[in-house]
Amino acid sequence: MLTKDPRYAQITILSILTILQMFWADFGPSPVIVALNVSTALAVQYACSRMVGIRFDFRSPLITSLSLTVLLKASALWIYPLAVLVAIGSKFTLRAGGSHIFNPANIGIVAMLLAFPHWVWVAPGQWGSALWLAFLLAAFGCLVLYKVPSRDMTLFFLGGWLALIFGRALWLGDPLAIPLHQIQSGAMLIFAFFMISDPKTIPVRWPGRLIFALAVCVIGFILSIEWHIRESLFYALALVCLARPTLDSIWRAERRPWVTEGGTS
Amino acid sequence: MIRILSLLALMAGLTLAPGSAQAFCGFFVSKAGADLFNQASKVVMARADDRTVITMANDFQGDVEEFAIVFPVPEVLKESQINVGENRILEHLDAYTAPRLVEYYDANPCAPVYKMEMMRSAMPMAAMMDSADQRLDAAALGVKIEAEYTVGEYDIVILSAKQSDGLQTYLNQEGYKIPKGADKVLNSYIKQDMKFFLAKVNLEEQAKSGYTYLRPIQVAFESEKFMLPIRLGTLNAKGPQDLILYTLSREGRVETANYRTVKIPSDTNIPLFVKDTFGDFYQAMFSESVKKESMKAVFLEYAWDMGWCDPCAADPVPNEDLISLGAWWLAEAGPEPIPGRGPVRMIVPPQPDPANVYVTRLHLRYDAQTFPEDLLLQQTKDRDNFQGRYILNHPWSGEMNCEAGKQYLQSLPERFEKEAQNLSQLTGWEIAGIREKMDNAGQPFEVQPMPEPRPWWEKIWGGQEK
Repeated sequence: MLTKDPRYAQITILSILTILQMFWADFGPSPVIVALNVSTALAVQYACSRMVGIRFDFRSPLITSLSLTVLLKASALWIYPLAVLVAIGSKFTLRAGGSHIFNPANIGIVAMLLAFPHWVWVAPGQWGSALWLAFLLAAFGCLVLYKVPSRDMTLFFLGGWLALIFGRALWLGDPLAIPLHQIQSGAMLIFAFFMISDPKTIPVRWPGRLIFALAVCVIGFILSIEWHIRESLFYALALVCLARPTLDSIWRAERRPWVTEGGTS
Repeated sequence: MIRILSLLALMAGLTLAPGSAQAFCGFFVSKAGADLFNQASKVVMARADDRTVITMANDFQGDVEEFAIVFPVPEVLKESQINVGENRILEHLDAYTAPRLVEYYDANPCAPVYKMEMMRSAMPMAAMMDSADQRLDAAALGVKIEAEYTVGEYDIVILSAKQSDGLQTYLNQEGYKIPKGADKVLNSYIKQDMKFFLAKVNLEEQAKSGYTYLRPIQVAFESEKFMLPIRLGTLNAKGPQDLILYTLSREGRVETANYRTVKIPSDTNIPLFVKDTFGDFYQAMFSESVKKESMKAVFLEYAWDMGWCDPCAADPVPNEDLISLGAWWLAEAGPEPIPGRGPVRMIVPPQPDPANVYVTRLHLRYDAQTFPEDLLLQQTKDRDNFQGRYILNHPWSGEMNCEAGKQYLQSLPERFEKEAQNLSQLTGWEIAGIREKMDNAGQPFEVQPMPEPRPWWEKIWGGQEK
């Protein structure tokens, strides 16, 4: 990579995934949806940046729109740009402690699920083992290569999530094949590597981040196992994001060390 | 001999009478019904909100005394939540959703006209068994008999248990032959607070009913769990087995949330000789598709609004039958807008029976290694239609007397070759054998000469004995 910014790598990974989904997956996004999502995201980011007087940055909206493209499904075309609008718009409107409250792609998904339950669903992310593994390796590679301060988020989350999934299997006496199969969800990987790790919407200090990640795990786990809600992690993250200002007030920092202009994903 | 198969073990399959439904300027030719697949189970799940109805087809063939089923359910069911359905309706749903073969006839290239379309369609399911009436000390084994009913020809027991070994002992005492390894699976369900639904045939009731076959068992319950337990069924299976799951939903296609759902190959031109062996073709193609996905995917064979079909392998299933399969929302107050249908997305032909039911047919081949976990399902809002459809394209064989006709004849070998390649890719069959069969069936790979024009009077009297 030519830059130290991990977002280029993220964009590359998500773009490859989007292309694979678009052309080779049976229920993948159509080129129209991809174009609609990306163009809306860039347009909204540009308009909002102009309004608040910051420099336009294409990286963050690109990551948001590609994540939405891969994850969010709707039975009506107009929902896609609306989801993007909510996602990017939330960065500029719903703010606390100097940054936005929700991960943009995540709140886009949650808002659409709540507002239009009869039109929207989330792709389960069953990509097949090869693609899943490739994605895992690529995303993990990014984590190692780019020493982003917030990368512990992904590790905290994955640690907690794996512990819960494998712990449950152990308690139920299930064969190892079951939890191994349960973690093979592409949607979960996108969540772990590109959403919960969003540096702007997580606590600034690591104890806060640890609690944040574990809370997402526990809430997501309960929603998915007990309530059988397939989109559990997305709801869990949106809920826990609301507690982030409180966590930041307990473990304070002078400033958000990694925040740059233009926002991140 | 008493055996247990738990849901989804073997089933011989339904026999579908060739239908004669006419649709879209075409004729029904053939379908690949569920009966093609041995060791296949058929289950219908109707669900909207949390209300769920599961219908388990029962094609058990053998001594009915040996039939028994053990099926985990999320709650203790009342007698009124259990029903015995009709095979006829399942057969109808199977026929309606079956993969189909359609035929087109090339027009005379020298006199372009309309096309005719004809079609066929293809698919099956399984059960369990036993008998016994001894009553043992369930309580001492930590097993609680929550309820006992006789519904139709079945004796039904709903059990809850504290420990799997007690449950296993109880089942063994009751004459169920529990496969090895079942205790772990039973224990997992116990810890997940599932109850166990046991059914056997009540011979007296069966004799009274006058039925010579077993009818499907239906259960209705409310649960947030949209899933189908398959783990017990994999324990004593002698290899991979097939499951065909038909879902009736309100808003759109159903897919598996924890396994990949892929579309079965469709809309492909294949050689004409397949018409006589459509069943073989479909089985081979399904096996090949399973192989390509390493037996880890669930195949979508049909997804359609129940109100219509095009072409129709069978007429849509009427509302009263859909209601009996569990589409409870049809039984509720009058017509109302379908939630989620959103803006008009396609031009729908006039609907003979505008049912707000969306039917999905999923087909999987599985064993404990490739499908270790129960099927978790989710309803999407996707109403894009899909069907397994294979096309026979008959070349024009009549008179042609023009330059276009010459070009047409020259183009045929290439087209036949493409059909041969398609068939080989889909089924894994040897290309040489396919070409030979095609050659014998009037699809030669050499350019044919223009047919000699026949005098017009021969066309009137040519075929008559004089």
